[in-house]
Amino acid sequence: MNGLVRMEGIDKRFPGVHALKSVDFDLRAGEVHALMGENGAGKSTLMKCLSGVYQPDAGRILIDGQAVALPTPKAAQDLGIGIIHQELALMRDLTVAQNIWIGREPRLSFGRIDEARQNAEAAAILSRMNLGIDPRTPVSRLTIAHQQMVEIAKALSYRSRVLIMDEPTAALNDAEIAELFAIIARLRAEGVGIIYISHKMDEIRRISDRVTVMRDGAHVGTVAAAETPIARIIAMMVGRELTDEKAAIPDLSAAETALEVRDLSRGPELRGISFSLRRGEILGFAGLMGAGRTELARAIFGAEPADAGRILVHGREVSIRSPADAVREGIGYLSEDRKHYGLALGMDLRANIAMASLPRHADAIGRIDEQALGRIARDYIERLRIRTPGDWQEVRLLSGGNQQKVVIAKWLLRDCDILIFDEPTRGIDVGAKAEIYRLLGDLAAGGKAIIVISSELPEVLRLSHRIAVMCEGRLTGILPGGASQEAIMELATQREGAAA
Amino acid sequence: MSEATARPSGTADKGPARAGGAYQKLLAFAGLMVLVAGFSLASPSFLRTDNIISILQATSVNGVLAVGVTLIIITGGIDLSIGTLMTFCAVVAGVVLTWMGAPLPLGVLAAIATGALVGLVSGTLVARAKIPPFIATLGMMLVLKGLSLIVTGTKPIYFNDTEGYTAISQGSVVGRLIPQFPLPNGVLVLFAVAGAVAWILGRTVLGRYTFALGSNEEAVRLSGVDTGRWKMAIYALSGGIVGIAGLLISSRLNSAQPALGLGYELEAIAAVVIGGTSLSGGRGTVLGTVIGALIMSVLTNGLRVLSVAPEWQTVVTGVIIIAAVYADQLRRRGAA
Repeated sequence: MNGLVRMEGIDKRFPGVHALKSVDFDLRAGEVHALMGENGAGKSTLMKCLSGVYQPDAGRILIDGQAVALPTPKAAQDLGIGIIHQELALMRDLTVAQNIWIGREPRLSFGRIDEARQNAEAAAILSRMNLGIDPRTPVSRLTIAHQQMVEIAKALSYRSRVLIMDEPTAALNDAEIAELFAIIARLRAEGVGIIYISHKMDEIRRISDRVTVMRDGAHVGTVAAAETPIARIIAMMVGRELTDEKAAIPDLSAAETALEVRDLSRGPELRGISFSLRRGEILGFAGLMGAGRTELARAIFGAEPADAGRILVHGREVSIRSPADAVREGIGYLSEDRKHYGLALGMDLRANIAMASLPRHADAIGRIDEQALGRIARDYIERLRIRTPGDWQEVRLLSGGNQQKVVIAKWLLRDCDILIFDEPTRGIDVGAKAEIYRLLGDLAAGGKAIIVISSELPEVLRLSHRIAVMCEGRLTGILPGGASQEAIMELATQREGAAA
Repeated sequence: MSEATARPSGTADKGPARAGGAYQKLLAFAGLMVLVAGFSLASPSFLRTDNIISILQATSVNGVLAVGVTLIIITGGIDLSIGTLMTFCAVVAGVVLTWMGAPLPLGVLAAIATGALVGLVSGTLVARAKIPPFIATLGMMLVLKGLSLIVTGTKPIYFNDTEGYTAISQGSVVGRLIPQFPLPNGVLVLFAVAGAVAWILGRTVLGRYTFALGSNEEAVRLSGVDTGRWKMAIYALSGGIVGIAGLLISSRLNSAQPALGLGYELEAIAAVVIGGTSLSGGRGTVLGTVIGALIMSVLTNGLRVLSVAPEWQTVVTGVIIIAAVYADQLRRRGAA
């Protein structure tokens, strides 16, 4: 066996959390080893131990059979361990080559940078990856996919023999994913060991040799990817078998119309969108990237108000010029980017849950009723099953699924009865996903009117009572729940005339 | 100081989030104690009652300014106009009391209202016109400096005719009760302002949103909160507190000195930073700021008692600021 990396008995504790419980992991040269597990299972922590960000409390790490110390990220880098972060860490205004060589630029006399050599060596790496990018291009002009590949090129420039990829396809479309996989295949053939973190089952099956599953900080098992059914992997992750349910479609013909949108427009992004939404209904929005779904949500919510069109809430026309207006009408928005748009990460659960309704829980001089808020927060923690040691915990320490539940609690506390979920399970693992789905179903059954925007068709199909499809800023059709994926894709690609 | 950040609410005094904050507050306080111990060993006169009182008196103006600007800094903003605003408020008090002959309470009210109004204007520029706080308040700083000179014709306004004006800062309610310890009223004002602001930050909606704005303003806006309105309220509150500082300094000088003011803003910001408040917002405490202001005046006073030249006092203060922030960085790295 060609053991490149061995991690033995890795143990790590944080205040209140036993993050890694004596975990073993190994990586061979020339293999793609998928690392899976729910959020909070300990995947990232384990990888941070391998890349020198965290120091394990116990256990040892061997590279080529030699025990090594990794006190800093630099030490890991020097040993050939490269990590591609989920959030890209490139300097947007520098060129591709400058980004790759940042910090160790080839020098000429008097401290001048040898730009020619820098560009040539960058070009060599890019061509090894079979990428046709000019190394002199500023990174800001590249697509997200190509930026990601520049990150990989950068890692390779350190002569990395181990590459850690954390959800590399989260922001990529199918063609870009194929390009990425081709690069991964080349690197594997060269003997690079790749640790691949992802939640997407089909990807894991496509590219990985072995799969290691973690749960609650412990190693559950390592299996051969090709021979293990997906259901088995999922069962390992969640500790039980999941059934693939479809939404039961309730009869809503008698239900009140909660939201009606008529001819909503803004610039080229939104063009004459009209639809209505009943209480108790989940309306899914499908479409390709850039179809205008997030823009529609932000327009309804007043984050970027529409130029034209009308919005009616419970049959009454309302003017929504800001999120404050929307919230007053009982509309809540859950952004796909919770960390930037949904949460104050450095504050505790209680403050975040109360964020939209603080004045309601204060007396005439603005004094907050902490006792009541504490009770409310603990009540939501229980009801939504938020996993946290307490309501005083900073939300940055929660996993993605639990952070999402905090945002949901925020809107429930504010009595919002129209909820717009933008990619509700992005970055959330399979087990927590099922929980979020169930929660959405419960909310609808309780009379909330719900919009779900999702780029994952199975998710739209699983949740929606009706499915609205957008393409290039237009609503191209509304299908009944349970429609075929083909019918949705046809509407999603229904371009206007010969344009575009 | 992450104490108020992690738990601005603070009913459940437990959990890991709390431990780091208590430690940091201890650190600033320990620094102050080390300074006091060092100076008292070096000079027997340092710990004399009159010297301690003089240190506290010297802290009052900078302390009040620093507490006021702490609010703005926690939102992630900055206010460079507080020094010249302080002077402008003093000038307004002079105009109302000396030139117009109004009764004392009216002058006090005018100074505080002026501060709050100017704060509201700065807040509006920042929140509604979207001018970066640094620029908006830099402009305001110059405008106010000029206005003070214009209104007064560059001459000081004296408060000789206003009975009791000097007592605002110089009188001593405490001294009447405990003659051995004539603590000046200005120091009581500092304690009162600090207590009030700490209460606002810890217990009220305004305080919670102050931290939230500094933590993630966009998330607060997308929670349906009118962030602009709260920001304006915070700048106005801070401005009102600067008005109080204007009363204190003019009471101590028995005059409104129109040329004074520039430089006070940086001293106040230095005190805030020494006290552990993060300039990037979201974190900070009033107690830390007060300790920071005390550290600065203890330094100035102690070095003077040791007959160190004023030039060197400035150098030492600069070094202390950098050292304090560095110590905080080290702590944070350790905690991460």
